[in-house]
Order: sequence, then structure tokens, then C-alpha cells
Amino acid sequence: METYFSLKPLIAVLVSLLSALAIMLSGRRPNIRELWTILGSITMFGVVFSMLPDVLSGKYPEIILFNVSPGIPLSLRVDAAGIIFGLSASLLWIITSIYSIGYMRGLCEKKQTSYYTCFALCLSATMGIAFAANLLTFVIFYEILTVATYPLVIHKETPEAIQAGRKYLAYLLTGEVALIVAIALTYQLTGTMDFIPGGFLGDIAGQYHLLGLFALFLIGFGMKSAVIPLHSWLPTAMIAPTPVSALLHAVAVVKAGVFGFVRVIGFVFGPTLFHDIGAGNLLAIMASITILVSSVLAMCQDNLKRRLAYSTVGHLSYILLGIALLSPAAWLGGLLHIVNHAAMKITLFFCAGAIYAKTHCEKVSELGGIGKQMPITMGAFALASIGLVGMPPINGFISKWFLGQGTLEAEQGVYLIILLLSSLLNAGYLFPIVRRAFFVQSNNRTKYAEASAFLLVPLVFTALLSLFLGLVPDGIFHFYHLAGDVARGVLSGGGR
Amino acid sequence: MDQLPVIIPISLLLFAFFTFLLGTVRRSLAYPLTLVGVATSLIASCLGLFRVLQYGAQHYYLGGWTPPLGIEYVLDHLSAFMAVIVTFIAFISIIYSRRSFLQEVPGKIVPLYSLMLLLLAGLTGIIVTGDLFNLYVFLEISSLAAYAVMAIGDDKAPIAVFRYVIIGTIGACFYLLGVGFIYFATGSLNMADVAQILPSLYGSRLIVVAAVFIVIGMALKMALFPLHMWLPDVYTYSPSAVIALIAPIMTKVGAYVLIRMLISVFLPNYLSNVLPVTLIIGWLAAIGIIVTSIMAISQTDFRRMLAYSSLAQISYVALGIGLANPMGLIGAMLHILNHAFMKGCLFEVSGAIRYRTGLWQIPQFAGLGRKMRWTMGAFTVAALSMVGIPPACGFFSKWYLVLGCVDASNWVFAAVVVASSLLNAVYFFRVLEKVYMTPPDTDTAVVEASDPPVGMLIPILILAGGIIILGIVNAVIVTQILEPVASTL
Repeated sequence: METYFSLKPLIAVLVSLLSALAIMLSGRRPNIRELWTILGSITMFGVVFSMLPDVLSGKYPEIILFNVSPGIPLSLRVDAAGIIFGLSASLLWIITSIYSIGYMRGLCEKKQTSYYTCFALCLSATMGIAFAANLLTFVIFYEILTVATYPLVIHKETPEAIQAGRKYLAYLLTGEVALIVAIALTYQLTGTMDFIPGGFLGDIAGQYHLLGLFALFLIGFGMKSAVIPLHSWLPTAMIAPTPVSALLHAVAVVKAGVFGFVRVIGFVFGPTLFHDIGAGNLLAIMASITILVSSVLAMCQDNLKRRLAYSTVGHLSYILLGIALLSPAAWLGGLLHIVNHAAMKITLFFCAGAIYAKTHCEKVSELGGIGKQMPITMGAFALASIGLVGMPPINGFISKWFLGQGTLEAEQGVYLIILLLSSLLNAGYLFPIVRRAFFVQSNNRTKYAEASAFLLVPLVFTALLSLFLGLVPDGIFHFYHLAGDVARGVLSGGGR
Repeated sequence: MDQLPVIIPISLLLFAFFTFLLGTVRRSLAYPLTLVGVATSLIASCLGLFRVLQYGAQHYYLGGWTPPLGIEYVLDHLSAFMAVIVTFIAFISIIYSRRSFLQEVPGKIVPLYSLMLLLLAGLTGIIVTGDLFNLYVFLEISSLAAYAVMAIGDDKAPIAVFRYVIIGTIGACFYLLGVGFIYFATGSLNMADVAQILPSLYGSRLIVVAAVFIVIGMALKMALFPLHMWLPDVYTYSPSAVIALIAPIMTKVGAYVLIRMLISVFLPNYLSNVLPVTLIIGWLAAIGIIVTSIMAISQTDFRRMLAYSSLAQISYVALGIGLANPMGLIGAMLHILNHAFMKGCLFEVSGAIRYRTGLWQIPQFAGLGRKMRWTMGAFTVAALSMVGIPPACGFFSKWYLVLGCVDASNWVFAAVVVASSLLNAVYFFRVLEKVYMTPPDTDTAVVEASDPPVGMLIPILILAGGIIILGIVNAVIVTQILEPVASTL
């Protein structure tokens, strides 16, 4: 692993911190405030994107700052795994910023300054998570992300929202204290915290000891990645404004949990040890249960955003399943699904938000004939739904294909059945919405009336992005290449 | 420069006298004199800390009498660290106190300031002295001054303090008896000297009793569970600026004495291996953290909630001491520093709210977030730090304590430490919700509230900023100052 000193990782983290500050100070002038958001997001994406060529050629930008604890520096390193997460989050932040402007202004939401400030803070923390080079740095940003998201969850300030906020904190803070014990234990066992592809946690303790350690990590990251039975905060948190649900509760926050699993399994435990202590099977089984149960639960939801939230729960576990299987194709599929699911799910949330902004409908049962009124929105919705079900040519097919291949590589065919079954279930909760939108007649929805361009352009863009990534998986961002790099780096030692 | 150890308490003692003398002539002189006295002591402490870091421990022999006969003042890493904390927090809260006293207790400023200086002289004296009996003298000075300043408060304050007087005196008696036994057994009162003689006497019952008495005495002084009942009332009814001074540092000095006994009098081997003293302290602290945190959750009076929270936090420190391993001790010492900043900030915020609105019931705080923006911003920082959210310093005390628990393979303690941060979250987020999420009732004082005058706001903001800065530079503090102390374990 070749690294070189660069300020860029730090800039990527700081740029949105600074824009948060600027947003806070220009609260009285909304246009300038929004300008800061857009500027911040574009700069962040630019900085992250500019590191891509180096990362692709195997040279990782790195910056080691001051020590946060004796012997453990706050250090950032942009490796292939980190840039996958960082690129997708920062790209989608630009889109979400534009969408936010349309959404928040359209609905005349209050406290917009604090909304944009917290949003920028969240992205800063997300970049920190993506580029953290050791466990302590990771956890520090991880906790900041949790707290910075809280004001967004309770943005509506209704008793219901406050209740949701409490639930959110109860779950996630509990996860984080488990995490702190876990990293302290790791540090005590090994004396190091630096992420190393293939892991650094050798055969230094008994199987049950290590399994206990993994259980702590599982609680810690499982909360954010909403593994059943730790998932129930996520549907509740859908009370937040739709852009928050879109970017944070489908991309940044929940994927931070999944990314934590990537780091811990690939870069702390290492695949061999992870498999040997039996944690691989444990995680794979939990992920499978989550995939199936959440899909069934999703079908029972009439509230559109809640249905999408349960769908997110399921798709996060796709990624976990891929990681747990420890075969190259499964890792490739899992990592690609981080990006692919992000693009598809954000589209769906954008659509839900556009519908809400235009018609104030939140329930699936109220959507009869909406396709006639908002054909572009629902077209994008249909496209992303097809992708989530896993049909070509949308990007969801790509990741599912590799995941399926991974199950066979790992000689665990049973999980292939689960994947296929889940596709059917996905179709079962997504397609009825599309059908109802286009094929159910409704008298009051006959004329064309799309939401404003601020809402429409982002959702069309993300839908096209899903299509693009489905047709050219390695285009522009080279996600395919990057995911392959990660899988090779992690599994070359003890892949199976 | 050689006199640094003694300048720290003496300047405070002298100015206590001058403040009273000149203050009775001209009342307006009391505040500047106090400030100068504390500033002198603060500068001396900082210089002392630098010298310790550069040249190692600084000794001063009072009157030129060499120990073990004479009284010795010592600045080593631990005492210099503590002296800086105490004098810095004192300096900040004296600045803060001016406006607050003018409103709450206008007629009693002169005695208040001279008593506060006396109190601080006692506390810093405890910290720098290297003599067991001299420590008792300073303990009494600080306690008597503390009883007096705290009794100048609400109508209920004298009654609350009366209980403290009784308990505090019992605590001091325990300590004195313990010291008496040590003197009886060793013939010496100098800490370093006693530490050399004691190992040969570890079998003696006299020493067992002495150790137990000293620990009980200090447990009473630092309000360690279950000897904590005196504290909440006292913290609730005394003037807010007095509590903003006392709450962050006074109980911590009790913890300091405990650490001092552990590492430089009885030596760790005795208190943790021969007698299970540290283990008992650890378990009491663990129970105390849970019990007092739950009590804090059930309070509606903001000051009382903070008082119970202080109890939980002092138990945090005691838990670190109880672990008796380097990481645990580092966590305990760092938490003394962190908590001084956090609790100082929180009590000053509470005082500022009282100054502007006269309120202290949490349900009445609705809507304060928009009226007292900066104050509540500082409160948010302090609250998040108490919960243990990085980069605020509270996270790092938790981190070192968890490392200590893991090192000791004590999973119960580890669970308690992290559970405590969840309980903190419950009672602090409850206030945050109220302050930011609930619209104000139109008939309360909140409607017309605003940030307090600059003289109160600046100290609050300095402490809030300090919380973040301490979090960022904690590794420096730990490696430079605390690791040398902890390495004696």
C-alpha cells in the first residue's frame, strides 16, 4: 500500500465544516446561505474527485494530524473503499442540496438555517468516516454524525418528531457506547488501531473472546445499518424532511454503519480470522433474516416513506451479506451496492418528496393515477424500482449479479435463493405503487402538474445516474474498478 | 522562582485579608482585589507547571526547616496540574461572579469575596502541601470558608449547609484520626518520609485503621456514594456564582487527596493489594454512578439536576481511582480537569438563566434556546460533552476510563462507564428538547429573556470553548502531565 502526504482528505472534511459556519452566519439572507451550501458541496465533490486518479493507480493520499490519544493520531487516508463511499456521498450531496432548496422553500419550512447547517455538518462527518485511517478516528466522526443528524430528525418539532428523535438517540447512542468498548478492547489486544487491508487482529485471543468482540461491533454498527432487530429507529426517523431521509437515511448515515462493517471485517478482523471464529455465518444469517423480514414488513406499510425505509433496511443487509460471504465477487457486489443502492433509493425518496410537496399525499393508497399528473416523477420512480428489484439495465442488476455470483463462489447456494426470493418480494412492494400510479384511474388527477424544477431535475438526474451505472458500471467514477481493488486487497490473504 | 509552591496558597491567603480590610473601607475594592489575588495565584500555578514539566518536582521548605521535621510544599506533575485547574476555574468564576452577586446577594459582597479567597487558599494549600497534618489544617480552612460562603444564599441555604457542617466535620475528624495513627506508627508527618517508613509497617493494624479512616474522611469530603446526601441541598440553595466556583473544584480536591494517598503515601501496592480499598472505592463509585444518574433524571430543578450529575461525575473519578491501573488513573485525573470545565460551564449557565429570568425549574425553560442563544449554545456544548460526544473533552475521559476497565478486564465497570453516558444523554437531552423544541409560554419571564451581560457571558463562552480545546489537546496533557503520574502505579 503506497501512501503520500496530501492535504486533500483534510480539505474534504473541512470544506463542509466551513460551509456550515458560513451558512450559520448568513441565516438572514437565504440566497447567500444556499449559495454556501451549493459551493460547499461542489467543492467537496471536486476535492474528492480529484483524488480519484491517484487512488485508482494505487497511491493513497494520507494526512496524519495531531494525536487524539497517546499513540493514536487523528489520521485520514483515502483508499479505494473510502473513496467509493466518499464519492457517492459527496456527489449526491450536490444533488440533494439543489433538491433541498426546492423542497424547503416550497413547503415554507421553518428553521432552514439550522437545517442547512446540520446538513453540512453531517457531510463533514461522513467524509471523516469515509477517510478515517484508524478505528478511533472512525468512531469520533461516527459519533459526530449521530449527533449532527439528531436536529434534522426532529426538524418538524411536533411531539411525534420529538418522540422519533428520542428513539433515534436511544438506539444510536447505545450502539456507540458498545462501539467504544469494542475499540478499547481491540486496542488493548493489539496496541494498534490502523486499518490494514486483510486485518491486523491476529489469532491473539480465544474464539469466544473474539466473537464477543465482534458482537460489540455488531451492536455498534448494526444500529446504524439497521440490522433487524436493531432497525426500528429508521422507519420512525422518516418523520424528518424528505431530503434528510433521502441523503442521510438512505446514503450517508446508514451506509456509515455498513461501511463500519466493511472496515471492521476487511481491515480489522481480516477475512480469515473472521471466518474462522464463525462470525461470517452469524452475520450472513442475520443479514438474510433482515432481508426477508424487512421486505415483508415493507409490504405492510401504507406510508410511502416508511415503505421505502423498510426497503432500505433490506438493501443495507444485501451489502452486509456480501461482506459476510467473504468471496471476491460477493465483496465486489456488496461494495457496488453501496453506490448503486444510494443512487436508486435517493431517487425513490426524491420522488416521494416531490409528490408530497405537490399534493401532500404521503400514503401509497392515495397515489391512484398520480402517474398522469406527474409522469416524469413516476417514470423515475418506476426506473429506480426496476433497479431495486434487480432487473437490467439498471445498476441494481449489476450488484445483485455479483452478489449472486459471490454466493456460489463461497459455496453457500442457500443465500442465492434468499437473494432471488428477496427480488420477488422487492417487486411485491414496489411495483404495486407503480401500477397504482399509472393504471388506476382517478378523477382528480388528470392534468399534467409536475413539482418545481428544483425537485424535478435532481430526481431525473439520479434516475439517469442509476441507468448510467447500470449500463457502464465502470464509467467516470470507476466504481467497479475501485470495488475490485478493495476486494482484492482485503481477500488476497485469506479469501475463499 | 523557588518560592512558587508557596506563592500559590499564600497570595490567596494574603488577599483574603486585604480584601476584607480594604473592602470594608471601600466596597468597590473587593472585586478587583480578589481578581488580582486569584490572578497572582493562577500565574504562579502556570509557572509552576512549566517548571515542573522542565525540571521535575519543585520543593519548598517552609521557614527553611528541612523535612521530615519542617513542612514541605511540593509541586509535582499532579499537584501543579491540580493547582492550575483550581486557580483557572476560580479566576473564571470570580469574573463571572461580579454581576451575579450584585443581583443575588448585593449587600454581602465583601465577606463573600474574602471568604472565597480563603476557601481557595485552603484548596490550593491542600494541593501543594507535602505534609499530612498541614493538609488537615488547609482542609479545615477550606471547609470553614466553604460553610460560610454557601450559607449566604436562599433562606434554605443555612439549613442545608448545617448538615454539610456536621458531615464535613465528621469527615475531617476521620482524616485527623487517620493522620494521628500514622504519626503514632511512623513518627513522621511528611508524606515522602511516611511513604518510606510505611512498607515495613504494612502488617500493623494501626496502619489499616489509619488507611481506612483517611479514605472514609475523603469519601465524605468528595461526596462519594453512599456518603453524598449532604451535597444536593447545598448546591441547590447557595448563590449561583458560589456554586459555579465550588462545584467544579471542591469535591475534586477530595479526589486529589485520595489519589495522593494512593500514589505517594500508602503506595498503590498497599491500598490495592494488601487492603482491597481501591476495589471497594471502585464498586461504591460504580453503584453511585448509576444511582445518582437516575436521581438526576428525576429532578425538575435544574440546579438539583446538576448537583446529582456532579455526584455521578465525582463517582466517575472515583471509579478511575478504584481501577488502580495507569489508564484508569489517567481517566480519573483527566476527568477532574474536564469535569471542572463542564460543570463550571453548566452551573454558570444555570446562574445566567436565573439572572435573566429568575427560573430554575426545567419545565419553565421552554423557548430559552432562541432567547439566550449564546448561553444555550454553551450549554449545548457542555451537555454534549457530558454525554461524551467527540471532539468535546467528555468523550476522552470516557475513552481512558473504558481503556482502564478493559485493561483490568472489569466488564462491569466498563458497562457502568458507558451506561453513565447514556443516562447523561437522558437528562441532558431532556433539557435540550425543552429549551429548543418547545415554544415559550407567553406569560413567563422567558419571553423577555436575553443573553446575560458580557461579564457573565464571556466566562461561560471561555469554558465552553475550553471544553472543545481540551478535547483536541487531550493527548498532549495526557502524555506530558498525566502519564508521569500514572506511571507510579
